[in-house]
Amino acid sequence: MPVNTKAIGKTYPPVVYAVGREKIREYARAVGETNPLHLDVEAARAAGYDDVVAPPMFAVVYSAPAVGPPIFDPEIELNFAMMVHGGQEFVWGPPVLAGDEITTTANVKDISEQDGRGYYVFESISTNQRGEQVCRGTWTNIVRGV
Amino acid sequence: MAELHAGEQIPEVRVTPDKYLTVRYAGASGDFNPIHIDEEFARAVGLPGRILHGLWTMAQVARAQTEAAGGPEHLKRLSVQFRGMGVPEQEVVVSGTVRELTDGHAVIDTVAEQAGKQIIRNAQAELELEL
Repeated sequence: MPVNTKAIGKTYPPVVYAVGREKIREYARAVGETNPLHLDVEAARAAGYDDVVAPPMFAVVYSAPAVGPPIFDPEIELNFAMMVHGGQEFVWGPPVLAGDEITTTANVKDISEQDGRGYYVFESISTNQRGEQVCRGTWTNIVRGV
Repeated sequence: MAELHAGEQIPEVRVTPDKYLTVRYAGASGDFNPIHIDEEFARAVGLPGRILHGLWTMAQVARAQTEAAGGPEHLKRLSVQFRGMGVPEQEVVVSGTVRELTDGHAVIDTVAEQAGKQIIRNAQAELELEL
């Protein structure tokens, strides 16, 4: 069955995420971060930040909720049971701090097929409350047996 | 921070995820896919047992870059390919080589391995060292 490519270019409603200090600390501990910028408000302030700094990969926490809707969009016909996360890219702008409010919009960047596998590429664009782009994510999901 | 030179390795990151790491990461990240947290479910869908979240392993690759560069603000881009699967209670080793270093902009080729198998491959990071 060929993949359905008609959703390429489709965009989804924005998802707003309020970044909390304890969530940054919880995430930092789970990934083994020891840099005090992520854990210690005083250390972050001494370095010139208003609050603790999110590790770059915290992008997963604020942007993944925007990528769920395309994965489960019936128009895309993505077979979730056969899906693996094949690749991921993040491009970062200014740092994200506790207290920021991040708005993420997802779109369908590409859908293609090669050797019986479907490649579903979603893009997430995340901006802070000042309109600065803090992260762009490219999420490549591979579905076997399309 | 490490001093980086073209053609040389960045310091390795070695970390052994403990038995309950995937549960803590699920809570921290919001990814509660049962293949990561439920041993019976994972086996029922043909996996050897619970597997690591690929994005946790990617976070270890990111950490190797930010530790080498001297802080999180230096990491500007990271792209990875996930291959195979990582498992808890086995050491993960992240290594990398400086491919290019020009005017404070470094490109790092990097991988994550477990038991000699690459679980993240063809990864590339871009660092801005002079901010």
